[in-house]
Amino acid sequence: MKTKNITELAEVIRSKNSGPFELTFDIIFKDYDTYYKVKSKGVINKELIAKLYNIDPSQIVTFVEFDAAKAIKATITRPVSSGAIGETDVYGAQQHAPLLQIEIPWD
Amino acid sequence: MKEIKVLAPNGLLGYGFPKESFEEGMKRKPDVIAVDGGSTDPGPYYLGAGKSFTSRAGVKRDLEIILKARDEAKIPFIIGSSGGSGGSPHLQWLKEIVEEIVSEKGYKFKMALIEAEIDKNVLLEKFEEGKIKTFESKQPLTKEAIEKSEHIVAQMGVEPIIKALDMGAEVILAGRAYDPSSMAALPIKEGFDPGLTFHMCKILECGAIAAVPGSARDCLLGTLYKDHFVVEPMNPIRKCTEISVAAHTLYEKGNPLRLPGPGGELILDNVKFEQLDERRVKVSGSKFIPKEPYTVKLEGSAPVGFRTISIAGVRCPKMIKQIDDILENVNKITKENFDMPESDYNIIYHIYGKNGVMGDLEPQKEITSHELGIVIEVVGKTQDIADTICSSVRSTLLHYGYPERIATAGNLALLYSPSDIKMGPVYEFSVYHLLELEDPTEVFPVTIYQF
Repeated sequence: MKTKNITELAEVIRSKNSGPFELTFDIIFKDYDTYYKVKSKGVINKELIAKLYNIDPSQIVTFVEFDAAKAIKATITRPVSSGAIGETDVYGAQQHAPLLQIEIPWD
Repeated sequence: MKEIKVLAPNGLLGYGFPKESFEEGMKRKPDVIAVDGGSTDPGPYYLGAGKSFTSRAGVKRDLEIILKARDEAKIPFIIGSSGGSGGSPHLQWLKEIVEEIVSEKGYKFKMALIEAEIDKNVLLEKFEEGKIKTFESKQPLTKEAIEKSEHIVAQMGVEPIIKALDMGAEVILAGRAYDPSSMAALPIKEGFDPGLTFHMCKILECGAIAAVPGSARDCLLGTLYKDHFVVEPMNPIRKCTEISVAAHTLYEKGNPLRLPGPGGELILDNVKFEQLDERRVKVSGSKFIPKEPYTVKLEGSAPVGFRTISIAGVRCPKMIKQIDDILENVNKITKENFDMPESDYNIIYHIYGKNGVMGDLEPQKEITSHELGIVIEVVGKTQDIADTICSSVRSTLLHYGYPERIATAGNLALLYSPSDIKMGPVYEFSVYHLLELEDPTEVFPVTIYQF
């Protein structure tokens, strides 16, 4: 089956702190048609996020499809709290790269 | 009141804003100017050390423009999370800047200071009474965590600010506050719907980030009506679109449909975004559900040691291939060299080009870069221990003879002389819990000053 890379479909793919103990990912799609099509495929789900970051699905705090913003959002527990010893990204703004590999089945 | 206008000069006091945008905002005759002064985003250091993360000159510049406009318009000006972290030293820092401007310009007004730092004994009592609940850190609070914290603040809701307004305050410097509180206080006091108010203020508290192009250093005007609100950027180069405003609802929040805050939860399941014209968006359907008991978020920061770092590059492919083994051996040599308990220090290598950005979350295990950037980080029980261990690790790594080594003069491109940098005290978030209150104003005392 043909696939499309997420970067062809989304306009924003980002990560950010949501408080010092959580990290949140947003994928905002280019238009509503694209968003609903991706949503209907169900490829982006908790299991995929867990797999991409090599974490246990129990570390995913929320997974939401937000129609009004044509966006999919996932929030995970940070491995180390913001700014603590051994932490590497105080604002959590550069943790999105694994999401860029997502391929969506597309006919 | 049929409508109320809230002007947000920018997303954070001290970030700056174009004067023209602010003047346009003042032309619209806002009922209140309000700005958020803080965040936990910059990490635990600023709360722990009692310092601001914005510059004094930047904050003074913003305040000078706003206080002048406020003096002419005679409307309230409210700052939330003063000085960044909103603790006592942060609030005092901001108060001194305001006093300096007042003494220079001779303004006359009544000012309120609202403390948000909580005395440890008060908190220990609340802890014993079982009023503190576990939150996103998933760790139950301990007595020790309270005792070792340098500063602990609570995020106030609108109630202490309304109390200050009722006392006649025209300028309010609030300590740590829930982000929208400074903007939402007057509308809630005037009887506007709390769901619409909090949602509008959640958008306003970031300045013009919800516009396109977005910016935290520009003005946004929010107008509240009985059953909806409208947001509009004050800079003609920006516009609010249905999408830009809706997308902002996602920003830095765990779940965009359920936004818990002091005293309740903002529910956005049935929210509607409508484009009014090219630059304005109308929002309706936001609901606020009050919750008992009234709960506020606690933030505490505790010292955990002292840091020294050294920055170096590695370009030799033979070394890059063996980097993990080499670092493991350097750690071993360092440990053996000093007669010191291992718990006295922590050695961490941030290896850019391998997993410096993502650490354990990095899915790519293989190094593909032709060079590596290494930050040697040592956190010690004392600054002296951190300096000693960092120096030893750096020199050992520089000269370490690993198998098949071909560049025998040295393994590191040290970036600076001096090669080691003292970073001072290190803090971590020690308290991040929920506190139940009987009265929303009980831990936020208001003091009035007359200029």
